[in-house]
Amino acid sequence: MTTATHDHDHDHEHHGPAKGLTRWLYTTNHKDIGTMYLWFSFAMFLLGGTFAMVIRAELFQPGLQLVQPEFFNQMTTMHGLIMVFGAVMPAFVGLANWMIPMMVGAPDMALPRMNNLSFWILPFAFAMLTSTLFMEGGGPNFGWTFYAPLSTTYAPPSVTFFIFAVHIMGASSIMGAINIVATILNMRAPGMTLMKMPLFVWTWLITAYLLIAVMPVLAGVVTMMLMDIHFGTAFFNAAGGGSPVLFQHIFWFFGHPEVYIMILPAFGIVSAIIPAFARKRLFGYSSMVYATASIAFLSFIVWAHHMFTVGIPFLGEAFFMWATMLIAVPTGVKVFNWVTTMFRGSMTFETPMLFAICFVVLFTIGGFSGLMLAVAPADFQYHDTYFVVAHFHYVLVPGAVFSIMAGVYYWLPKWSGKMYNETLGKVHFWLSFIGVNVLFFPQHFLGLAGMPRRIPDYALQFADFNMVSSIGGFLFGASQLLFLYIVVHTIVAGKPAPAKPWEGAEGLEWTVDSPAPYHTFSTPPKID
Amino acid sequence: MSSNAATSSTTHEHYYVPAQSRLPVWMAFGMFLTVFGAGKMMNDMSSGAESSSSHWWFFAGALVFAVVMYNWFSKVIRENHAGLNSAQLKKSYVWGMGWFIFSEVMFFAAFFGALFYVRNFVGPWLGGEGDKGVTNYLYPGFEFSWPMLSNPDNGLFQAPEAVIHAFGLPLINTIILIASSITLTVAHHALRAGHRKQLNIWLGITVALGIIFLFFQAEEYIEAYQHLGLTLESGIYGSTFFMLTGFHGAHVTIGTFMLAVQLVRSIRGHFKAEDHFGFEASAWYWHFVDVVWLCLFVLVYWI
Amino acid sequence: MKLQRVFIALTALLISSVARADWTLNMPRGVTDISQEVYGLHMLTLWVCVVIGVLVFGVMFYSMFKHRKSKGAVSSNFHESTKVELAWTLIPAAVIFAIGVKATYTLADMYNFEDSEVTLEVVGYQWRWRYRYIDENAEQEVSFFSSMSTPRDEINNRLEKNENYLLEVDEPVVLPTGTKVRFLLSSADVIHSWWVPALAVKKDAIPGIVNEAWTIINEEGTYRGQCTELCGKDHGFMPVVVEAVSPEEFEQWLADKEQEAIALAELNDREWTFDELMERGEEVYSSACASCHQPNGAGVPGAFPALANSPIALGPAEGHLDVVVNGVRGTAMAAYGNQLSDADMAAVITYERNAWGNDVGDMVTPVDVYNFKAGE
Ligand code: HEA
Ligand code: HEA
Ligand code: HEC
Ligand code: CUA
Ligand SMILES: [Cu+2]
Repeated sequence: MTTATHDHDHDHEHHGPAKGLTRWLYTTNHKDIGTMYLWFSFAMFLLGGTFAMVIRAELFQPGLQLVQPEFFNQMTTMHGLIMVFGAVMPAFVGLANWMIPMMVGAPDMALPRMNNLSFWILPFAFAMLTSTLFMEGGGPNFGWTFYAPLSTTYAPPSVTFFIFAVHIMGASSIMGAINIVATILNMRAPGMTLMKMPLFVWTWLITAYLLIAVMPVLAGVVTMMLMDIHFGTAFFNAAGGGSPVLFQHIFWFFGHPEVYIMILPAFGIVSAIIPAFARKRLFGYSSMVYATASIAFLSFIVWAHHMFTVGIPFLGEAFFMWATMLIAVPTGVKVFNWVTTMFRGSMTFETPMLFAICFVVLFTIGGFSGLMLAVAPADFQYHDTYFVVAHFHYVLVPGAVFSIMAGVYYWLPKWSGKMYNETLGKVHFWLSFIGVNVLFFPQHFLGLAGMPRRIPDYALQFADFNMVSSIGGFLFGASQLLFLYIVVHTIVAGKPAPAKPWEGAEGLEWTVDSPAPYHTFSTPPKID
Repeated sequence: MSSNAATSSTTHEHYYVPAQSRLPVWMAFGMFLTVFGAGKMMNDMSSGAESSSSHWWFFAGALVFAVVMYNWFSKVIRENHAGLNSAQLKKSYVWGMGWFIFSEVMFFAAFFGALFYVRNFVGPWLGGEGDKGVTNYLYPGFEFSWPMLSNPDNGLFQAPEAVIHAFGLPLINTIILIASSITLTVAHHALRAGHRKQLNIWLGITVALGIIFLFFQAEEYIEAYQHLGLTLESGIYGSTFFMLTGFHGAHVTIGTFMLAVQLVRSIRGHFKAEDHFGFEASAWYWHFVDVVWLCLFVLVYWI
Repeated sequence: MKLQRVFIALTALLISSVARADWTLNMPRGVTDISQEVYGLHMLTLWVCVVIGVLVFGVMFYSMFKHRKSKGAVSSNFHESTKVELAWTLIPAAVIFAIGVKATYTLADMYNFEDSEVTLEVVGYQWRWRYRYIDENAEQEVSFFSSMSTPRDEINNRLEKNENYLLEVDEPVVLPTGTKVRFLLSSADVIHSWWVPALAVKKDAIPGIVNEAWTIINEEGTYRGQCTELCGKDHGFMPVVVEAVSPEEFEQWLADKEQEAIALAELNDREWTFDELMERGEEVYSSACASCHQPNGAGVPGAFPALANSPIALGPAEGHLDVVVNGVRGTAMAAYGNQLSDADMAAVITYERNAWGNDVGDMVTPVDVYNFKAGE
């Protein structure tokens, strides 16, 4: 290890990116790390999407055609795990890495080396997780919610590696979150008061707190599993005085905030894009901040809405029902604010805006079905059916994923210095929009008609909607290849983009060149 | 929000953005090897496989991990000595350590939560009381009490004959840990006042107290395993008892090690009266471990 | 163009399937008072959401249409109003309050387990259900397993799928109408969930824990449902079929079942020939064991051991009995000692020792099983 220490700030002309592979392996630059996060998450999106295609292909018709039930369960599990932990979360962290320092006028993330560590854990963790598919007995087959004892006593041996993969990716998330908190609270340029921060920064600050609070709980629960499996403890075994339900309480104490971890940054992105293309200031900035904080707070006291059918006592059931329904209020505030921002604006509909508007509509639909699920007596009918699958894909795919795509189109000119092809972008949007609805809307009907989730084969009355859904799935999946093409094409052959390609865009990131120089704001900007 | 990328301001301090570093990626690799090896070891153990090489993966990983840690911390210390760290960067370290400790709190919270839930809900239900007392028909004759000296299924989980009493070793350990927090604070005051010798003495005492604590803890475990039948396998009481005290013990070990490192550094003349973050971070960690112990003493041993 | 072709294919498929369509869209109303209430709640919430959606999206589409730059719209710059913010906090809160109150009443109803006349124990097994009518006064308790009866050939597309594909069982559970039935749910292995949509009853069956639920069925009929908690490989093949009959018919059925149970108990005392045991053993094996160890005894590598040529099946009968009677702790191999009658146990063990090329040639009798159990 060398003792030489460099201070970039004195002469950053001499310190552009290093050449070759080591640039990426050893980097401490938030932009490089952000880029790596984004590509990694896209790779995971393709992998998780491929598993989803296997699911949809098997469900294309009744009967078993392509895969055996054991393998189907592994597909469902790995699809959920990879999409949640490998695709959506790292994508948001990537956006945070790229944008937060630029948005608050900081030279980099607060702790750049730890930042690199946070990233590099992920490829190892996911390599280990994915490799379980090739192990004897197969990979995790107990769903992404891995309820004990299916995931302990009855699990394949590879579960041990699944547990350790969760441990280290949790460590990665915690370090990433700490870094973000430190950056936001400590690195703002003079004059950038908290209530002047862009909403993306705010939502990420709150998300980071959620991460720091719940990832250790996830680590705790998988540790208990590990002990039950290998060391004879009785956490999830009633014969020894524990309970399988204990697992679910701890898991969902993590799990519910986790789903908001996947949506709050999305709110931030949309809150940046809608004002830019409506050419009108965001309506109700401060209520947006308070609403986000309320959602985060409430997310800690609603976890058992995933457990309405496990038989918690009446008072508990009622409490969790009420608390859950309450979340619709602050979320509604956000939706109304976005709509009011558009109202009497001067709108144009470039690709980022299309995705953002689509987000508002389809996320709200997903929220509505969430509210329906929150009604405990009705959840007895919805629970563990495709109605739930429809709900969460609406908030996750045209929700979280579309917001990420909106963000990529919006900031790609800043990252690459090139403009994407608007026509292709619009084609991608419309294909995705149609695909996603054909894919997931019929799943509402399937669920109401009684189709359980996580099954490789189904009764005949579900055949038609499943076929429609699968066709939508293939369409949606294929459209994402177009997305890959658009991004690559932009980077290698796009037309140069100006520093501020969007007329109505606001924020410090647009004050620097496109592409953003390797080091920005080595000297903090003045904000008034 | 209007803004400009002014370049004129020259009064602010420079934030030190470190150059490229090989440490992180090696650290990630070390973590991977460690957990991969640990996973293989556990699977071998449970399946009864013999003569496997899995522990070498684990040791290799731990070695990489330790070497990287050593170099990483050395590097940070050198940077600080070289005057590269601005006040703002030091604050980043403060935030970092603070929220790291909070994440540890949440880790323990998961286990305390489990304890709370089994004691107040599952236990009584299995014993036939409360909302879900009907469960008791699966375990005829089982009555719930805490500590659990009889399990719902004593064939699968052999219950302990007795448990550790709060007012023996645990009380002594409580006193030791509280004392160590005090000696550590004294050391800190000495450091701030620039009394190096005092600092070394009090810090040394703190480390010694940590070691004594661990010694007694080991004593207690031996007692539990050899005489009381209180083990990890003895049902939920043993599970929560050993996991909570065990993770706490692991944290004491780490904390003691951290303080020992600070002692070595202090002897080598590191730290200034107004700048000694390494010491402070270790001290916070130690106090955190102390507070966790107090919760353990009350919630695990006592009530 | 490629795109065009995809669209044509898509519409063609849509149209062709409409022709034979069963486009069930909504939740069934069900056949109990509770299920009707749940249906009402579902529709209420749905309509509330639809109305709010129409309003919100209406405003949005209006502005997207009117306030676009290409139409010369100039943006105004209002960006705050405490009054509106307050309104759109309080109004949704009020709406939610209304739904919540109604839901809480229904919920309380669902949690009132008192005054039941029939108690049915439901225990989940990988992958079938065991039903037991709990009645202290019965001469012989009625208890039986209910497994899916859809042939594997239909699943593997070698046979035309029948109308009740995957939703049919060898022995449905029978319940009286107009009677409050209390369910006690539990599990022998992993978590399952017992669901019959028409009754709006869905409750998890959790190992080591007992859950309660109840129903009063208003109409006679056959009601089908499924296991709804992921419980391993055959989670998708674990249907529930409830036969609701008049109380008189139910009494009769139960009495018949009781006689059957008594007769079954007598089987244990009978003399058996090798062939009889093999025949019965094959039946028991295919209903209880084949899902894991496979019909040909080859198992699933890495998950379930092969029994063909297995050292245990070929070894001494005691060892074989031990595994099946007591199970293997910590694995999916459950203890079958009190799931199978002594006769069935004897039959299945005899079968395993002499099928698929195994040729131990010995025969395990119900008496052997009885002695083995007693000797422990
Ligand atoms: C990004 C992820 C995300 C988000 C944002 C949400 C948001 C919500 N979710 Fe969802 N949920 C998931 C991801 C998410 N969920 C996942 C992954 C699962 C399944 C996990 C699994 O089992 O695998 C799940 C499951 C799930 C369940 C359990 C279902 C079951 O298993 O039986 C429930 C039950 O209450 C629920 C409720 C809600 C509610 C009330 C919201 C609310 O936050 C929604 C609030 C939004 C609105 C309501 C719309 C906008 C509001 C207005 C326009 C105001 C006016 C509206 C009214 C007054 C109605 N969700
Ligand atoms: C952010 C999270 C996220 C995202 C983005 C998605 C995206 C998709 N999901 Fe999934 N999903 C979950 C999170 C997510 N999902 C979770 C948490 C579960 C629950 C798991 C559990 O039960 O444990 C679940 C479960 C789930 C199920 C239920 C499985 C079951 O119950 O058995 C289904 C079924 O249709 C499904 C489908 C899809 C599809 C078709 C997509 C598509 O949007 C994917 C589109 C992307 C691609 C297709 C990749 C890009 C294209 C290629 C790689 C080229 C190849 C393309 C072709 C051959 C056409 N998902
Ligand atoms: C849920 C899955 C499952 C079912 C159903 C099941 N078994 Fe098993 N069985 C297993 C597993 C897993 C093992 C391996 C246990 C171990 O690891 O030792 C096993 C092991 C065995 C063995 C020992 C084989 C050997 O060589 O180790 C025998 C004999 C056996 N089962 C018989 C039966 C019989 C008879 C039935 C039905 C009455 C049955 N099993 C039903 C999962 C199952
Ligand atoms: Cu039993 Cu799913
Ligand atoms: Cu939730």
